[in-house]
Amino acid sequence: MPSSPPKQAGAPSGKAEAGGSKPSTAKAVANFRKSFQPWLEPDTAPFIEFRNVTKRYGAVTAVDQLSLSIFEREFFALLGPSGCGKTTLMRMLAGFEEISSGAIYLAGEDLSGVPPYRRPVNMMFQSYALFPHMSVANNIAFGLKQEGMAKGEITDRVAAMLALVKMQDFGSRKPDQLSGGQRQRVALARSLAKQPKLLLLDEPLGALDRKLREETQFELVDLQEKLGITFMIVTHDQEEAMTVADRIAVMNAGKLVQVAPPVEMYERPTNRYVADFLGDINLIAGRVKSQSKGVVTLETPAGQRLRANDDGVDLGNGNVWFATRPEKLAISRAKPAAKLNALEGEVWDIAYLGGQTTYKVRLDSGEMVKVAVLNATIDAHDPITWEERVWLSCPTEGAFALSA
Amino acid sequence: MSGVFKAVMGRAIIWLPYLWLLIFFLAPFFLVAKLSVSQTAIAQPPYLPVLTMGEGLSGWWADFKTFAFDNYAFLATDSLYWKGYLSSLQIAFISTLLTLVIGYPLAYGMARAPRTMRPLLLMLVILPFWTSFLIRVYAWIGILKKEGLLNQFLLWLGLISEPLTVLNTDVAVYIGIVYSYLPFMVLPLYANLERQDGTLLEAASDLGCNRFSAFWQITWPLSRPGVIAGCFLVFIPAVGEFVIPSLLGGSSTLMIGRILFDEFFLNRDWPISSAVAVLLLLILIVPIMLFQRSEARAREMAKGVGP
Repeated sequence: MPSSPPKQAGAPSGKAEAGGSKPSTAKAVANFRKSFQPWLEPDTAPFIEFRNVTKRYGAVTAVDQLSLSIFEREFFALLGPSGCGKTTLMRMLAGFEEISSGAIYLAGEDLSGVPPYRRPVNMMFQSYALFPHMSVANNIAFGLKQEGMAKGEITDRVAAMLALVKMQDFGSRKPDQLSGGQRQRVALARSLAKQPKLLLLDEPLGALDRKLREETQFELVDLQEKLGITFMIVTHDQEEAMTVADRIAVMNAGKLVQVAPPVEMYERPTNRYVADFLGDINLIAGRVKSQSKGVVTLETPAGQRLRANDDGVDLGNGNVWFATRPEKLAISRAKPAAKLNALEGEVWDIAYLGGQTTYKVRLDSGEMVKVAVLNATIDAHDPITWEERVWLSCPTEGAFALSA
Repeated sequence: MSGVFKAVMGRAIIWLPYLWLLIFFLAPFFLVAKLSVSQTAIAQPPYLPVLTMGEGLSGWWADFKTFAFDNYAFLATDSLYWKGYLSSLQIAFISTLLTLVIGYPLAYGMARAPRTMRPLLLMLVILPFWTSFLIRVYAWIGILKKEGLLNQFLLWLGLISEPLTVLNTDVAVYIGIVYSYLPFMVLPLYANLERQDGTLLEAASDLGCNRFSAFWQITWPLSRPGVIAGCFLVFIPAVGEFVIPSLLGGSSTLMIGRILFDEFFLNRDWPISSAVAVLLLLILIVPIMLFQRSEARAREMAKGVGP
């Protein structure tokens, strides 16, 4: 089961912010999303449940003793590097891969031995897998025809699906007459046409260019809210996962590393792998000196004292990492106030990124630290420049400790 | 200077295949066409007129005036010929269907075999080409004759009590044609089926389609270009087949290739046999053109150019 510290309850998810500019009719939905945290309620029955699922290919274990619960109406993201087993996990849910051991339950029913065409699950494929010899409308109608739905009903549903993805005028086209973005929409419409209980999305936006991908991410979120279907997305793109998902599961080598909402995942990763995978992280080695009231004090090999959040984890008195995100650090020429964590060093490199500037600062202790500063806050007349001596600082809450 | 040379060379490279066609296809065809409108003669060569350079253009013109379509008229009067054509088309058609029925599952199995096995299977399909076609047809005589392997085997199994007459019947011709032309059916089908995107079947399955239904709705329609290519590659040469009906067929097996051979070598009637050949070509032009068109369309489809 995912870790779920109560202090994170009520924190707005990235999704609620994304829907901020929506018309007031969607307000109720947005409010629902804000308080949508079924994983914190012990009585809620999971919609999908992986129980000790293992998948082996010969000697290779792709998924290793994995247990996970996903709830109804959740937008769940499986995130990890290629080869971590995320796609295998999804394909086992769709029924394309046999489980070596363990079981998957959907709405309380064991899916073992149920062929893909009998599962109330639809999938949108990474390659879209549109049938090249059929028109867009026939592609969308395909699943409905298998059900034996009446002709008139199929026509209506196809029209509704085309409207849903804003492709009304393209019903008679063949897939090879469409652009990549249009194909993506058709694939989405086809996978939604049967009104599945659960939609699986395998790297759905991987083939789109950056701008279109970002737009489509928000559209996906809107769509999922509107339809009230449970979505499970597989992606290697951390920004995509953070934009769309209610909860993210980070996978590595066939195991779940952490399962948490995006904010919690980013602000309070439970281990170094997650911290590193999701965004940039600065790590400074140290040894625990003391720990009390949620604050751990640690000492670097150079003898400097640093204070960080301990997230209620007993760190003992071994080696730990002092971890901060680049945007939590402030950079200044003057020595910061005594109560802040302060690090001294020299500007090594500066990257101007439009909205922000990233400084690479080489600390006197030898570590290279990244600092991200919003350009709106930088003094344009006298900016900090290359090879300057600077102080970096962050408050205790801006840092956390990771066990080594 | 070198620019002109390059331009000429560029043209030459474009014209080279045409030159090839001219020398090895068009020129022989005109010779045959000319023969077909000549007259039979007891002479060496056995027809008149013989084109010579001696009398110049006027001599050619005099010869040209003697050309007549008598031979074609004769083909129409004797029922042997049109029966031969019809029977050839029928045998070729049925053989093509049989090759498709046998070749499709074969190609399908090959395309679905483990990736590492496929080159070996492909090799096995091509392997017969390493032996002479004639020898392989002769080998079938040994298998199909009264005291041949097939009859011995069936007798040993106890399925029959006396040997079957297979050799020198139409059945033997079908066996021979299907055996000989099977690779021409399997190879284009395999090329098509192996290239098909497996995720399409997963998508079909995901949308509620069982395997059988997915085959008929996805795999089969997508393999149409392969089916068409394979069928034409078998049908076209099978119509004019001569070796198989003359070695395996009986006296009643009528095929136009055999009639052509008999006219040419036994009757020494070169003009009539040429007329038979020209007519055969005209009959086959329709399927050949259909084949070319479907190939062109398949290429366009592969390029992603829609209609």
